[in-house]
Amino acid sequence: MGTYLHKLLYLGFWFLWSAIHAFVLSEWGYPAKEAWTDSLVSNIWLAIVCTLVIYCLRYYLPRKDRLTYLLLLSAGCVVVWSLAARYTIPLFGNETLTGNFSDTLYLRTAIAWLMIICVIMMNVLWYSQEEQQEQERRNNEAERIAKDAELFKLRQQLHPHFLFNSLNSISALVISDPAAARTMVHQLSDYLRNTLKKEEHKWVTLSEELEYLQLYLEIEKVRFGQRLTVVIDNAEDNATMKLPALLLQPVVENAIKFGLYDTTGDVSIRILAAVSDNMLTITVQNPFDPELSKPGGGTGFGLSSVQRRLHLLFGRSDLLVAKGNGNLFTTTIKVPQL
Amino acid sequence: MIRVLIIDDELLARNIVREYLSDYRQVVIVQECSDGFDGVKAIMQHRPDLIFLDVQMPRINGFEMLELVESPPAVIFTTAFDEYAIKAFEAHAVDYLLKPFSKHRFDKALQKWLERRETEAPQTNLPAEATAQMQLNTHRVVVKTGGKIKIIPFTDIYYIEAADDYVKIHCDDGVYLKNKTMAYFEQMLDGSLFTRSHRSYIVNVQEITRLEPYEKESYLALLKSGDKVPVSKTGYSRLKQVLGL
Repeated sequence: MGTYLHKLLYLGFWFLWSAIHAFVLSEWGYPAKEAWTDSLVSNIWLAIVCTLVIYCLRYYLPRKDRLTYLLLLSAGCVVVWSLAARYTIPLFGNETLTGNFSDTLYLRTAIAWLMIICVIMMNVLWYSQEEQQEQERRNNEAERIAKDAELFKLRQQLHPHFLFNSLNSISALVISDPAAARTMVHQLSDYLRNTLKKEEHKWVTLSEELEYLQLYLEIEKVRFGQRLTVVIDNAEDNATMKLPALLLQPVVENAIKFGLYDTTGDVSIRILAAVSDNMLTITVQNPFDPELSKPGGGTGFGLSSVQRRLHLLFGRSDLLVAKGNGNLFTTTIKVPQL
Repeated sequence: MIRVLIIDDELLARNIVREYLSDYRQVVIVQECSDGFDGVKAIMQHRPDLIFLDVQMPRINGFEMLELVESPPAVIFTTAFDEYAIKAFEAHAVDYLLKPFSKHRFDKALQKWLERRETEAPQTNLPAEATAQMQLNTHRVVVKTGGKIKIIPFTDIYYIEAADDYVKIHCDDGVYLKNKTMAYFEQMLDGSLFTRSHRSYIVNVQEITRLEPYEKESYLALLKSGDKVPVSKTGYSRLKQVLGL
């Protein structure tokens, strides 16, 4: 039972019901005292039984076979009620009252049963409605969280930092080297178009993926000028090999982040692809500053998402190997060809 | 004459600032730097009136660089960071320019500084809370020792000791001074790894091997390094909580 008000209403209801009961009996010719004794004994028991039923339903509302359970529950309750009332009446009333009570027990039992079923129905309705509201609330919450996550992912995919820095480079080039500015606009557009098009669950060919990465790296080359050299080593016949979309990108971004953004001086990033035994092996090498970032710790190198994805796709955790040697960091990804 | 320093790791980004500045006859660009290490040196050497400073740079970022300079000059930040992050220090720098920025926006920032320079004394020292907020995701502290710059990951710190206007950072290869307050470090350091054990001490919980009673209601924390760190009564109850005793 919910609030104080609910309890008060519930009590009020039973008082009203008892009054009606007593009124009907006195209309039938019962003296007032007897009418009230009869009414109170029957209805106090009925109220007790109904309250028990309410508490029962509160803690246990079955999902399956609900109807059978409720019928059995009400039948059980009504038996308890009739026995209790039948044997309590002699304690308070005279013989006439007891006799009359026993004679009309079938009618009283029927009314009590109806009453109990009514109470049960009201409660079931009340609780299912509450449950439904709760379910709805949870659904809304889940939906909101999913939406937020999706938005966050979209934002991340657009790499705002990269995007704005590139636009800044274009802004500089427009005056000093308009042709280069135009080239960079085209590269950036191609890159963005590709980013928007990519779907994570799709597989792409190695040449497609490398082309995309090349675009990204070309833009970085404009930003960082002579500092960045990129070597992509891939045999012609590997071009048709397939790999999950956007798998390689975080690895190369990582190489740029630690190799280029976080070091000074010239940087060379190497991407090597090789195939053996139906297994595509891609190696990404970048320099890093051992003083700033400790490889092997894993977390610092943000490759855990790649690891997780490979595990989800192939059920293996040995497909990504990353290790630092001196100031050279090497990431190796193996993609089984299905 | 206004002496200006440009610090940005991208040549094209520096070019824009130089191009925009070419309209100002009174401005002299004393140097251009491509990282914070050079930046610190150049500031010491040239003592510029104003610096244009990028935030994301190799090795040490713009904020860390400013921390290494005593009484730094006026700063206009140039960054591709989004506006939310920038709000933290908005009030404390002369201005900030979000890349890519227009000439108009640039002029406004410079104008703001020119006006401010006439009316008040230069002061751009970023308050602790602003830098702390910007560096919530960094896990290191940058110090200057002699002529060198040293980057200390938080996990390498044994304990921090208050020393007048400075703090002493004790770690595996020595003791470093940093002009920040204890409160600053208490805010910056992860509360599950570091605990203020005493009014003048913050200790790396992972380094503690033993706690032993010292004087009445005070303790000493024994560290793996052999150092002993005082623990006050309140510090002791904080430590107990963190260690789960």
